Amino acid sequence: MPRPALRLAVELDGDGAHPAAWRRAAHAPAELLTPRRIARTAAAAENAGFTLVTLDDSILPPSSGAGPVGRIGAVERAAFVAAATSVVGVAPVVATTYAEPFHVSSQLSSLDHVSAGRAGWVVGTEEDPTAARAWGRPLVEGPEALAREARDGLRVVRDLWDSWEDDAVIRSVATSRYLDRERLHAIDFEGETYSVKGPSIVPRPPQGRPVVLARQDLVPAELTDVALVGGTTAAETGAAGEAAKAAGVPLAFAEIEVALDTPRESARERIADLERYSPWEERPDRLRYSGSAEGLVALLAELAAHVDGVRLLPLVLDEDLSVLSRLVLPELFVRRLATRPLPGTTLRTSLGLPRPVSRFATDTDAVSATPAALVREETR
Amino acid sequence: MTRTDPTDVPRPDAQLHFGVFFQGVNHWTIWSDPASGSQIDPASFLRVARTAERGLFDAFFLGDGQRLRESEGGIHELDVAGRPDSITQLSALAAATDRIGLVSTSNTTYNEPADLARRLAGLDLLSGGRAGWNMVTTHNAWTGENFRRGGFLDHADRYTRAEEFLTVARSVWNGWSEEAVAASADARSWSVPGAVGRVRSRGAHFDVDLAPTLPRSTQGHPVIFQAGDSGEGRDFGARNADVIFSAHGLDFDDALGFAEDVRRRLRAVGRPEDALRILPGTEIIIGATEKEAEEKARWVRLEQVTPAVALGIAGRLWNIDLSGRDADGPLPAEDPVIVEYTGKFGSSRFRDTLATVAEWRAKAEANGWSLREAVIELGPQRGHVGTPAGLAEKFARFVRYGAVDGFNVSPYLVPEGLDDIVDLLVPALQERGVYRTAYTGTTLREHLGLAPVE
Repeated sequence: MPRPALRLAVELDGDGAHPAAWRRAAHAPAELLTPRRIARTAAAAENAGFTLVTLDDSILPPSSGAGPVGRIGAVERAAFVAAATSVVGVAPVVATTYAEPFHVSSQLSSLDHVSAGRAGWVVGTEEDPTAARAWGRPLVEGPEALAREARDGLRVVRDLWDSWEDDAVIRSVATSRYLDRERLHAIDFEGETYSVKGPSIVPRPPQGRPVVLARQDLVPAELTDVALVGGTTAAETGAAGEAAKAAGVPLAFAEIEVALDTPRESARERIADLERYSPWEERPDRLRYSGSAEGLVALLAELAAHVDGVRLLPLVLDEDLSVLSRLVLPELFVRRLATRPLPGTTLRTSLGLPRPVSRFATDTDAVSATPAALVREETR
Repeated sequence: MTRTDPTDVPRPDAQLHFGVFFQGVNHWTIWSDPASGSQIDPASFLRVARTAERGLFDAFFLGDGQRLRESEGGIHELDVAGRPDSITQLSALAAATDRIGLVSTSNTTYNEPADLARRLAGLDLLSGGRAGWNMVTTHNAWTGENFRRGGFLDHADRYTRAEEFLTVARSVWNGWSEEAVAASADARSWSVPGAVGRVRSRGAHFDVDLAPTLPRSTQGHPVIFQAGDSGEGRDFGARNADVIFSAHGLDFDDALGFAEDVRRRLRAVGRPEDALRILPGTEIIIGATEKEAEEKARWVRLEQVTPAVALGIAGRLWNIDLSGRDADGPLPAEDPVIVEYTGKFGSSRFRDTLATVAEWRAKAEANGWSLREAVIELGPQRGHVGTPAGLAEKFARFVRYGAVDGFNVSPYLVPEGLDDIVDLLVPALQERGVYRTAYTGTTLREHLGLAPVE
């Protein structure tokens, strides 16, 4: 049996994945931080047929060298992008290393509301110790502590999403009650470093829970919807995808940095041009592809046997997004190697993920309520 | 009502400014009416914001409250509740509106300055200079139970933390010089050397060291709103705010007294009297005739103050659980229980409980009021009621005498509650020359007529 077609995600932060990408951007440098530029890039990705756009973030400047040192917060950009688009999913990177999980939950829940169920969350982590100085919080140091803060933050956020049952607003005129307090739940989270009471101040998100994307080494498999996996070769990447799914994560997406041939220059020439300014460090957890559009299609066809989707990180957005849009995605759709999201569906539906029932649900028919919720999603 | 002669008033050219406060939490928003829409669907927010923009309002406001209210031993059930994170919701509205200001109420107790300043600056850039920040403080440990630090701040320190917070936030907003980004991709680096500063701040509440990541917006940085009504709050506003969101806008003399007090405090700190705008919160209920308006107001009060809501409000005054009693019967016979205000919803907010109860008893007896009628008549009062022409005359007088600069309107119905105000009252104000006929600027600071930031 053939596997379901790939779902496609693209990272839209800054001017591209290369630290010097801004040198080749099709706009003046300061234009990077304008709403017009953000809306245009998101529209290009949506029109191309991507299922999801992701937006990187940190409280620290994106570059410590000669590159861009400005960035609008990913949650704010995501909400703006959600209102400027209608189909594509939107997932900001948010770290709970220092941020308040209660606020993060409200922000992502609200993103799901403003996007009518198109929100995702790329679980991040603030590894650089100077982030603690920016936040004015005690330093979280070492992989273990960073993973603890990511895991505890994710638990709190998920529980807060569940803390309002879907039907908590009852508007019972006869009893004068707008809410039914029996359907609102304190989460009473007790972690190693903090506790959170709850419930949320935001009603349950349209998707129940926004889609959680995370690296496998950061948070437990059972808290993740989409594992972000990678390796330095296609075989390694495919194996990482299989491993994540064997560990119980519903979906695995391969992380691929891409540099494509454009009508005027080869990918090799474009990279060489940018390497004059700064190196493009390879990462062990990301596959890198440079070359023709056909070659990328062939690579994705190979990976499609092992992963459910890919997240592409283009060298230079203004150049590679155009090649992806004109040559790569259409070919994937023609060959049914990938699908584009249907209008009016939630991100979960686009990814083939069920809508989760609140873990606090008191309705004994909660299980039988799930199909109805799915129907509602399909038609919303 | 007599017309004000515009030449015979202190501020003949004064213009009224409107904001709209989408409240989301409290008993003033009627949810029982069939016209009452969703409190969370983005369409409700968009509808209200666009109506306000059609009515040339200065600003759209969202409130703050980081814990669901409680009463009688559980979550408070009687009122609308459940609202979005304000900056996230407003960032979405930035893409769907053109001119209206977008104001987030965000507290300085359970936020950190580098993070919140960055979010607000992001909203300011995404909206083309339309962001505002309604600074609030909260000190109670009850809210703190939702946060890492728990309750940590003494009541007395809430304004010192807020002031230090604002100082850091302003440094973050002013961290980049104008023209801080390279003009072309051929430059040596993306930012102009020396144009991006560092913020190092060490005080009683914050010890931070960071590189700000955003340029100044078209309006410089977000407009500062402040709502605290205590003497400390008013001094804070006089020192720091661009706009005071006050509770003094119903009675002319009370409003003028407040405005004069604020101006006195402004002079004391060396700021010019026109350095800030005063926008009291209010409901506005409009009818074609005075009688129709009064009848509508009566209907609104009855919908807002249901028997259960009346028992809840009286219960908080008496500090007794009155649920199950008859709201249409007399006031409670027993004496009130005196407890200290803890900040937890459900603890008493009334300043002098014994005197208030005595006053309620006397008036209820004199007028033959039931408990519910007493709450309607004597509980917190909310709004201006009248015809479009009558209200326009009244508001013209308020603004021309310097009692207010405008109003922050709380619709009692969402999302259609602003329609009457925009369609009927705004034209009546425009006829009298006290309301703009078009936006003349693009930023919130320009709408409010405030001086550019330095």
